[in-house]
Amino acid sequence: MKCDVCENEASVFLTQIINGQMTTVNLCESCSKAKGVTEETGFGLAEAFLTPSMRSEDSMEVVCNACGFTASQLKKIGRMGCPECYHSFREGLDGLLRNMHKGTRHVGKRPASVGGTAPQLLPRQRTSVVREETSTPPPPPLPVPAQAQPSDVSKLRADLDLAVKEERYEDAAKLKAEIERLQPKAPSK
Amino acid sequence: MMRFATLIKNPADWMKGTGPHSEIVMTSRVRLARNLRGFPFPGFSQERQRVDLLEQVRPVVEQLPEMRDGYSEDYTDLSKIRKQVLVERHLVSREHAARSSGCAVVVDRKQSISIMINEEDHFRIQGIRPGLNLHSAYELVDRVDSELESGLPFAFDSKLGYLTACPTNLGTGMRASVMLHLPALVLTEQINPVIKAVGKIGLAVRGLYGEGTEALGNLFQISNQHTLGEAEPEIIAQIEKVIEGVVRSEQNARAKLKEDHHTMLQDQVGRAYAILRYAHVLSSKEALNLLSMLRLGADLDLVGNCDRSLIDMMLLEIQPAHLQLNAARELSPDERDSMRAEITRARLQSIHGPGSFPTSQSTPGGPPSAPNDE
Repeated sequence: MKCDVCENEASVFLTQIINGQMTTVNLCESCSKAKGVTEETGFGLAEAFLTPSMRSEDSMEVVCNACGFTASQLKKIGRMGCPECYHSFREGLDGLLRNMHKGTRHVGKRPASVGGTAPQLLPRQRTSVVREETSTPPPPPLPVPAQAQPSDVSKLRADLDLAVKEERYEDAAKLKAEIERLQPKAPSK
Repeated sequence: MMRFATLIKNPADWMKGTGPHSEIVMTSRVRLARNLRGFPFPGFSQERQRVDLLEQVRPVVEQLPEMRDGYSEDYTDLSKIRKQVLVERHLVSREHAARSSGCAVVVDRKQSISIMINEEDHFRIQGIRPGLNLHSAYELVDRVDSELESGLPFAFDSKLGYLTACPTNLGTGMRASVMLHLPALVLTEQINPVIKAVGKIGLAVRGLYGEGTEALGNLFQISNQHTLGEAEPEIIAQIEKVIEGVVRSEQNARAKLKEDHHTMLQDQVGRAYAILRYAHVLSSKEALNLLSMLRLGADLDLVGNCDRSLIDMMLLEIQPAHLQLNAARELSPDERDSMRAEITRARLQSIHGPGSFPTSQSTPGGPPSAPNDE
């Protein structure tokens, strides 16, 4: 078997479960040393092979500023600390999601408060009951803590900037349309 | 609100053994994961934060029109056995039952909808329907979700969808799963290729109680793994299509058993009946597997006057927590095994054994007709 990095014969085989996905890496002697795989502390395969931005270097570790969750905790348990973590750890997220899902963009139901959603018309619905539930008293509003998410629009803008920087123009166009849809007469920043 | 004893006394809506393809599909379940904006996920929050959140949202959940006269319980008030009973009824997850302070469950009167608070996500909204009916299960949870969202700020991102503790649930936050009884595919040794094929299209196959559990009693759960990049109706339509294929395979396998292996089939069903009817010690595993054979026999008209729902009720009654609830005390494994046999002996008294039924091979073969899909 060939080494995954160079063309030499592989002699080090590593299998790790990352986020429930089994990953096998085959390396030759010299590449395994170069990647630090054979060192005692070098079992962080994710560190060596995942995108550099997801690595944690003690001094420069990415931390979610809403909840204090760290990139290394994320890597260890494979779960986020709070909803805002998706923003804090957005670098490298696309790659992770691409392995996990059919796509990286949500196309399903949207809350009515977020631009609303067309009612989900189910293809095989026989007697579709369209509910116009307005008679129920609205439940008491829940206080939203001070460190609430930045608005969706500003997040979209950040995504847009990133998409342009990474030359993903198709995504950028979609994001731009989305922003215009949410904020038709938005002042240019 | 309803008391625990009342909840358990009544069989759930979905236990009545009806619904499309109910001879093979036991239940269809859909759950949505939802979280509140600005709050850490339950797994990364302090107990105090979870308790605060619970106190604020529980009244909102209880006031849902669907939950009128329903059952609502804080886990600190719920014994281990009672929580386990809820797991055995698929009303809460094993993971949720393992938690305590800051957690609660709210179940509607018909036991079709359950809402877990502070599971891995702040909310897990689940709908269960009998037979193959993911559409209707989704309608249940979709409606509840829309009602909840009018009063609660759910964490949602326009690109990523509903934000969940685990990225594997991101997007729709929806897991649709179907519980299947596939004894003929197991007996004819065709189950592995079927499982492999289903796995290849990106669906997960699991045992009776979800992740990492054994497929006892020939019961299998099939569910979607992807939650992002596809809309809910697409995901559901895809699973239903796959399940219809699996149902056809099972029907064909049953027809084949009846035609080519009639003696073996009668032998298996007859032995299952005999042991369940006369045994005094039954392990959970043995009982589930025997009940599976009896259910197959009933579906193929090999067992006289045997109602499928009676077997499905037994499948619940013989489980450890249900046995202990019934005995009103903790039971040792040995005590449970003898109590379990006591139940099957009693229940089978009213069912004629397969021997008392005509055994001629001339009974028309072919797959059992599906119940009316109304």
